[in-house]
Amino acid sequence: MSDTSSADERIKQISSLRSALIRPELGGIVGIIAVFTFFLLFAFDSGMFSAQGVMNWSVVSAQFMIIAVGACLLMIAGEFDLSVGSMIGFAGMMIAVFGVSLGWPMWAAILITFAICIAFGALNGYIVVRTGLPSFIVTLATLFILRGFTIFIPQTLERKTIIGGIREAAEGDWLAPIFGGKILTGLFQWLGDIGVISVFARGNLKGQPVVDGIPMLIVWALGLVVVGHIVLTRTRFGNWIFAAGGDAQAARYVGVPVNAVKIKMFMFTAFCATVFAVCQVMEFGSAGADRGILKEFEAIIAVVIGGALLTGGYGSVVGAALGALIFGVVQQGLFFANVESSLFRVFLGVILLLAVILNTYIRRMITGER
Amino acid sequence: MEPIIQMKNIEKHFGSVIALNGVTIDFYPGECHCLLGDNGAGKSTFIKTMSGVHKPTNGEILFEGKPMHFEDPRDSINAGIATVYQDLAMIPLMSVSRNFFMGNEPVKRIAGIPFFDHERANETTMAEMRAMGINLRGPDQAVGTLSGGERQTVAIARAVHFGAKVLILDEPTSALGVRQTANVLSTVDKVRKQGIAVVFITHNVRHAMAVGDRFTVLNRGKTYGTAARGEITPEELQDLMAGGQELATLEGSLGGTV
Repeated sequence: MSDTSSADERIKQISSLRSALIRPELGGIVGIIAVFTFFLLFAFDSGMFSAQGVMNWSVVSAQFMIIAVGACLLMIAGEFDLSVGSMIGFAGMMIAVFGVSLGWPMWAAILITFAICIAFGALNGYIVVRTGLPSFIVTLATLFILRGFTIFIPQTLERKTIIGGIREAAEGDWLAPIFGGKILTGLFQWLGDIGVISVFARGNLKGQPVVDGIPMLIVWALGLVVVGHIVLTRTRFGNWIFAAGGDAQAARYVGVPVNAVKIKMFMFTAFCATVFAVCQVMEFGSAGADRGILKEFEAIIAVVIGGALLTGGYGSVVGAALGALIFGVVQQGLFFANVESSLFRVFLGVILLLAVILNTYIRRMITGER
Repeated sequence: MEPIIQMKNIEKHFGSVIALNGVTIDFYPGECHCLLGDNGAGKSTFIKTMSGVHKPTNGEILFEGKPMHFEDPRDSINAGIATVYQDLAMIPLMSVSRNFFMGNEPVKRIAGIPFFDHERANETTMAEMRAMGINLRGPDQAVGTLSGGERQTVAIARAVHFGAKVLILDEPTSALGVRQTANVLSTVDKVRKQGIAVVFITHNVRHAMAVGDRFTVLNRGKTYGTAARGEITPEELQDLMAGGQELATLEGSLGGTV
């Protein structure tokens, strides 16, 4: 049967513009173009696009990206996790408690931290699927519980809420550089030597390039985006994620293990938060009880800018990554452009609202609702 | 002909409520068996018992002559009993092809890693949809753009494709327009001719008469018995469903239009 004879005269051919519009990444792509155009025009000379500047906003964007990937897959599976920020603080504190206060080897501290945090993620998920309560409420409870422990544990052990000495404790460890190290340092030294990027002119870093490698944080962010995107779009498990969030009951009727999918997504979100935390404490060399505050909302905003629906069942990891990039570029760009940093929050609120309205409109186009 | 599934003296109690009080029905392959009854007659409870959602309080289920004990819907799906629910069949935001293979995704291994074989899924979906008379713009068209009747048809095609021997349709036509209803009924007819036992739940006698081979009326958790095609008139069925008398008086004022 040829295409023409099978065509239904009642189905209007949709324009390529319209079919491009119903891609979830659309908002993110448009946003990226707008944001870069803006800063290239108004902040080009500010140092934002020098090697150091690029590294600056890349690192910030990568941080957002790591938690956005987890939040994205969880949101597509139909749930939220408001405990991400507390989880970041908690995970960082666990590293410090095990690695510094208790003096465990750093690799053991990192592994036990991952185990504890992923277990909390599983508990979040288990409570949500067992009780049928909205994940909003369940993870709001976890937000407070974890934050409480994050303050209580170091207070009890060390009588302070910031524990330092992590970098020293991680010295020579085999696992810590996977989170706190840098790659391609040789390449950047060479780029410095041939003058592509500038080098320090004096001081004890004399002769070294101003950017001396790609932090592992960025490698983790890109790795998580690629793996997340492939799992979501190219595997059966990805189809189950869409199905669990699209209509859990319909998915159950055809045998999709919806509860297991949701619990795994909560665990993955916790994993992402822990990756963020480990990279952060390795960079700062300390863990603070107030780390990660409001990160859960920043992750959700990045995901929504990336085109995911708050109601689940629709979204894209690439979109969420673009949302995180917009987020990072604007936050740091305003700093470079010397704009009052409080305006960043205004920008966030406005762009969130625009993204949600756009997404709702796109949803109507996909489902043909009127 | 051997019945493919026999429901023997099924009772289902929910606490002190007796939803089913000893229902016995045999279903045969290649036949469309209509289950009729007014709201609250126990139709839904009955099919949920068949599809493994509920466990019967008393009674026996024989599938191909062997006693079956379904612990959950997965068991009955594996045995070959598929259920298509009225509005919970499909996920509107997902593409037709993703919906069609939901829970049964074809897999292609690349370097040992199992990937969703979109190519095969898309081809199969398009072919199956054409066979059912639905023209898609493409396999990635969202189910939300299909009409209610088309969604039911996709769900039925999906159940048949994955080897259903018994197909339970829960009020597939109750929310549909005339033309869509006709499409779904003709789909039921196609499926029956493939030798599949169709269990068709409805409270519309005309829809039942259009495709039914046997008719069972449930009322207050009991069956009024089963009649084969030709043994019963639409008027008699209608009377049985409504419990007879009350409808007779109503019908006087409505002029036999119900």
